[in-house]
Amino acid sequence: MMIRFLCNGKAVEVETPPMARLLDVLREDLRLTGSKEGCGEGECGACTVRIDGMTVMSCLVPVYQVDGTKVQTIEGLADDVVHPVQAAMLAHGGAQCGICTPGLCMSAAALLESDPKPSREAVRVALAGNLCRCTGYQKVIDAVAGSLVEDR
Amino acid sequence: MLRCEAPVHRPHSLEDALALRMELPGATMLAGGTDIMVYLEAGQLQPTAIIDLSGVPALRVLRSVTGGQYYGAGLTCTDVVGSAHAHPLIREAALTVGAVQIQNRATLGGNICNSSPAGDTLPVWLALNADFELASIHGRRRVPAARFWRGYKKTEMRPHELLVGIIVPPLAGHMHFRKVGTRLAQSIAKVVFAGRYVPAVDAMLAFGAVGPVPMRCPEAESALIAGASPAAVAALVEKEISPIDDVRSTQDYRRKVAGNIVRTWLEGR
Repeated sequence: MMIRFLCNGKAVEVETPPMARLLDVLREDLRLTGSKEGCGEGECGACTVRIDGMTVMSCLVPVYQVDGTKVQTIEGLADDVVHPVQAAMLAHGGAQCGICTPGLCMSAAALLESDPKPSREAVRVALAGNLCRCTGYQKVIDAVAGSLVEDR
Repeated sequence: MLRCEAPVHRPHSLEDALALRMELPGATMLAGGTDIMVYLEAGQLQPTAIIDLSGVPALRVLRSVTGGQYYGAGLTCTDVVGSAHAHPLIREAALTVGAVQIQNRATLGGNICNSSPAGDTLPVWLALNADFELASIHGRRRVPAARFWRGYKKTEMRPHELLVGIIVPPLAGHMHFRKVGTRLAQSIAKVVFAGRYVPAVDAMLAFGAVGPVPMRCPEAESALIAGASPAAVAALVEKEISPIDDVRSTQDYRRKVAGNIVRTWLEGR
């Protein structure tokens, strides 16, 4: 089946079985390997991307469902300069091994669009679907709670 | 890499969805995919066909009706969380489903029809005396939530039927929802509870993850209405539920937690 969608602002066409996972189409067909496969069962959030602005676990999305939508992956988060969330992660040392980082950035970016000055509690809730096994949560939360504040 | 060659059908109206349901009784229904995709990936499901319900607008409504509120089966948890009109108990349950990425996709109807005994929203429908509206090309019928789950992963739904909506009557009373899992987000319940209580008149104590189906505790409810102490009601709850030892918890722990949830709620009220 031919699937057409906007991926990071660019129109793409992929010939794929409709039930292929969005994650696999992104990584294998489109060679966008920023989204990671952690658990493959919707638990860890490493594969988080946005469909029409909403964050999703891309390992749980059959690709036919993104036909005609706008998909944003970590590769599309930065414009010419890094996104404020990415800058804050760098500044706060909010990454260790880096597997969870792309997903965390996508969830954090979605949060900051709806709540530009989130409380630490709001950050915790918004990032609760992104697991980090290097136990790096404090610095991540510092980064996201502080990112736009420092930006101003 | 998920391999599933099943053909996918994407109806855009309820009529088309029901016609497909009639034509393909063995097909798998998929809305948000948050359960189905896991089963497919694990090789636990080999569908002959998929009927995608995510493009049926009639399933995604929340409106007032005679006799209460009508929740379309295709409403996502995020739809419910974001609605000013959603019932507080349903909203609270929706907020405990997975985390944001899951709530953005997972639907009320999916939670109900997946019929996991640990489904987060299921005790809420019992506590609120909800009716489920099932439809087929032959017509519609209502089944009370209390009669919908017939056994482990077995429901009252017939092969040609779809769950289209949930009717929640306006009910007064003190209400409480509590889910206990390993962590707050992204965990499956060890015990999940929804309760409603009108002193001396009515009581509903509904649990998930403590038996093969979501269940109420009629003896504890009668005792509560009759004015029994929180500790006495909790003791009856512990007796009435039938939890098992499994990978997530033990029956002893589940009994104790179920009793504690009810006791602390009633004491703090």
